[in-house]
Amino acid sequence: MSETSLAGQVPAAATHGAETGAMAPHDLPLFELLDVEKRFTITRPTGFLKREKRSLAALDGVRLTVRRGASIALVGESGSGKSTLLRVLLGLAEPSDGKALYCGQPVNEMRARDRDFARSVAMIYQDARASLDPRMTVKALIAEPLMHFGLCGRDEVDDRVRALLARVGLPGDIAARYPAALSGGQVRRVAIARALASEPTVLIADEAVSGLDVSTQAQLLNLLRRLKREMGLTLLFITHDLGVASYLCEEIAIMYLGRIVETGPTGAVLSAPAHPYSLALRRAAPEFFAPITDPLEGEIPSPLDLPKGCRFATRCAFVEEDCRADEPVLAPIARGRSVACRHPLHEAERSAFSSGVPSPAPPDRPATGGAELSA
Amino acid sequence: MTGVSSDVVRVDAAPLLAIDGLTLERGQSRILDGVSLTLGRGETLALVGESGAGKSTIAFALMGLIGRTEARIAGKMRFDEVDDLASLNERGWSRLRGRRIAMVFQDAGAALDPCYTVGGQLVSVLRRQLGLGKREARERALALLEGVGINDPEARLSAYPHELSGGMQQRIMVAIALACNPELLLADEPTSALDVTIQAQIIRLILTEIRARGASCVFVLHDLALASQSCDRIVVLYAGQVMEAGPSRGILENPRHPYTRLLKSCVLEIGTTTLDPPEGGVPSYDDMPAGCRFATRCPNALQRCVAERPPLAPEGERLIACFNPEPRS
Ligand SMILES: Nc1ncnc2c1ncn2[C@@H]1O[C@H](COP(=O)(O)OP(=O)(O)OP(=O)(O)O)[C@@H](O)[C@H]1O
Ligand SMILES: Nc1ncnc2c1ncn2[C@@H]1O[C@H](COP(=O)(O)OP(=O)(O)OP(=O)(O)O)[C@@H](O)[C@H]1O
Ligand code: SF4
Ligand SMILES: [Mg+2]
Ligand SMILES: [Mg+2]
Repeated sequence: MSETSLAGQVPAAATHGAETGAMAPHDLPLFELLDVEKRFTITRPTGFLKREKRSLAALDGVRLTVRRGASIALVGESGSGKSTLLRVLLGLAEPSDGKALYCGQPVNEMRARDRDFARSVAMIYQDARASLDPRMTVKALIAEPLMHFGLCGRDEVDDRVRALLARVGLPGDIAARYPAALSGGQVRRVAIARALASEPTVLIADEAVSGLDVSTQAQLLNLLRRLKREMGLTLLFITHDLGVASYLCEEIAIMYLGRIVETGPTGAVLSAPAHPYSLALRRAAPEFFAPITDPLEGEIPSPLDLPKGCRFATRCAFVEEDCRADEPVLAPIARGRSVACRHPLHEAERSAFSSGVPSPAPPDRPATGGAELSA
Repeated sequence: MTGVSSDVVRVDAAPLLAIDGLTLERGQSRILDGVSLTLGRGETLALVGESGAGKSTIAFALMGLIGRTEARIAGKMRFDEVDDLASLNERGWSRLRGRRIAMVFQDAGAALDPCYTVGGQLVSVLRRQLGLGKREARERALALLEGVGINDPEARLSAYPHELSGGMQQRIMVAIALACNPELLLADEPTSALDVTIQAQIIRLILTEIRARGASCVFVLHDLALASQSCDRIVVLYAGQVMEAGPSRGILENPRHPYTRLLKSCVLEIGTTTLDPPEGGVPSYDDMPAGCRFATRCPNALQRCVAERPPLAPEGERLIACFNPEPRS
C-alpha cells in the first residue's frame, strides 16, 4: 500500500479486504471512498410535453483515502462533483455504487451509531447562508453545538461564543444578530465558528474561505494551520483558489466531470501538473495585470452525453487518437502522484505548450493563453 | 447609448453614475459613512475591501432594494438623467431595475427561488422585462444558458436550483442579469463559486457584453489579481468608508493607504508559505472611532486619526483618505 493518503492504485477488493482483516483500527484511514459512483435521475424534455428520465453520474469511479492528520485540497471544475463527493463521504448521500467507509465501517452506519462522529467531524457547507437557521441568532447558532455536546456550562456560553467570534475576526456585537443582518463574508465566518465550536478533529469544508477579503482569509487560514499543527486537525478542503490549496493543504486532488484526474503533493502537482486539465487550471489562475485568456477551448461536455474514452478529450490540447478509445484510470506516475491520462505531461511538453510568445513569467507559469496558442 | 468598440474605453465627461457622500444607517449602526465614487460610461470598477465593509449594501442601494423603513439614506446617487436614485418611487424603479441597472447577487443560491425551475424563473424574467412571448423567451433562455457555459441547457432549464451545483447557480444569475442589456451591471462576486477556468470565461463574457454596448460595470471582488485584470479603476472600502480610489494599476502597484497595503500583503499566490496579517478585526458599530475607522488596526495611526476623519483628498489620479499615507514610490 502506498504511503500517501491519496491512493488510487490498489484494486478495491484488495484494499478493503486487507485493511479490515489485518490492520489495527488506528491504522485505518479515517475516510475511504472505494470506486464510488453517484447517479442522479433527471428529466429532460424531448419534445412538446414529452420527457425522458436520464441518469447523470455526478461521481464515477472515485477512490479517495483520507488519513488521520492529512490535509487535502479538492479542486476542480464547477459541477465536477466536489460537493457530491463530500456528501457521500459524510454519509449524507448514499453512493449508487461502491463504498464510503469511516474507520473501515460504512459511514452511514457509523454516523447513526457513533455519538462521537457528529462531534469530531465538522462540516462547513458551500452555501453558508442556507446552512444556518435564519430564525436563530448568531449566539444561538454557535451555542448549539457547545450545549449539545456538553462542552461548557450554561454560564460560560457567552464567553465561549465571544471567543469563537473573535477567532474568526468578528466583533462580539454580532452575537445578537440574525443571519439576515450579516454580510456574505460574515455569514461564512459564523459558519466556520460554529463548525469549530465542537472542537472537531476533522474539518470538511466546502469553499469555506471564498468570498472573504484577503486579510480575513489570511487570518482564518493561519488559524486552520495552527489547529492542524497543534491539534492534528484533519482537513478536507474544497477550494477554487490554488493559492489557498497550496498554502493550507499538503495534498491535492483535482476533479473533472465526476472523476478524480490527478492526485499528489500540492507543491509538486501545481508546479508540474501531469494532467492537461490540471495544467489548464494552473494557467487560468488570475495573475496581476495579465490579459484574461480563455484557458480551455470548447464546451464542457454534458454529463448526460459523455464523450467516448477520456472525458477531457474534447477540450484537451494534447489529445491523441488512443485517448478516444477507452477511459484512462488513475495510475501512479511518481512518488505519491497519480494521474488519469494516457499521455501524462512531461517538462518538455509543459514548457513547449507555453513557449512561442516570450513571457517574463517563469516557465511553469506561462502568461499566455491556450486559446491564443492553439490558434 | 454610445457605440464603443471593444478595445477602446471612452469615458464621457458626464459619468454614468456619481455617488456623492452616501451615508446609510440601520438603527444605531452607520453602515456606509460618506461614500463617494463615480463611474464613467464603458468603465469597469472594482469595489474591494473588508468583509462587512458595505460593498453589497452599495449595490443594493443602487438597485433600490433598501426600503425607507429599513434604513436611513443620505447623500446623492446620480444615474444618467436621474438626479437621485434614492428619491425614486417604486414606479420609477420599475423602469430601471433589471432593465437599465441589473445585478448579479452574491448569494446565488438564496437569490434563486427553490420552488420554481430555473427555466421558469429565467423565462418569466425575460417575458416581464423584455416583453417577449413564451416561445421567444424560452429560446432566448436557452441561448443565455449556453452563453454562460452551461451544458445541456434543455435539461437544465427544467431543473430546480438544488439540482444544480453552486457554480451553475451563479452562472444562471449572470445569464439573468445580462438578459436585459443593462447600462449598469452590478456584479457582486459573480465568480466566487467558480473554478478558475470558468471564472475566466465568465469574466470575459461579462466584459465582452458590456463593452459591446458601452455599458459600465461595478464588480465586487476579493481577488486583487482578478481586479487588476478586469477593472479600470478600484475603490477600496473599509467599514463603510472609502479609503483609496483610483486607477487599478497605480493602486495595486503602489498602494498608499495603509489598509490597501494590508490587503496587498495578504495576497496569496501559489507557493506562498507565510502570511502575516495583524490580529483583530473591524471594530463593532458601538465603538467605531469617530475619525478614521481603520485607526484601531493601522500601523501608521497618529493621535488625530482616532478623533478626526481624514478627508478623501485627491493626489494625482487617485483619492486617498489618510493623514499618514505610505510614501509615493
Ligand atoms: N440533487 C440533485 N439532483 C440532480 N442532479 C444533481 C443533484 N445534485 C447535484 N447534481 C448534479 O451533479 C453534478 C455535480 O454537482 P456538485 O454540486 O457535486 O458539483 P461541484 O463540483 O460541487 O460544483 P461547484 O464547484 O459548482 O459547486 C452537477 O452536474 C449537478 O447538476
Ligand atoms: N439588516 C441589517 N441590520 C444590521 N446590520 C446589517 C444588516 N444588513 C447588513 N448589515 C451590516 O452591514 C454591513 C455591510 O454589509 P454588506 O453586506 O454590505 O458587506 P459586504 O462589504 O458586502 O461584505 P462581504 O464581503 O462579507 O459580502 C455589515 O457589517 C453587516 O453586518
Ligand atoms: S488616517 Fe491614520 S489611522 Fe487611518 S489609515 Fe491613515 S494613518 Fe492609519
Ligand atoms: Mg459545490
Ligand atoms: Mg457582500
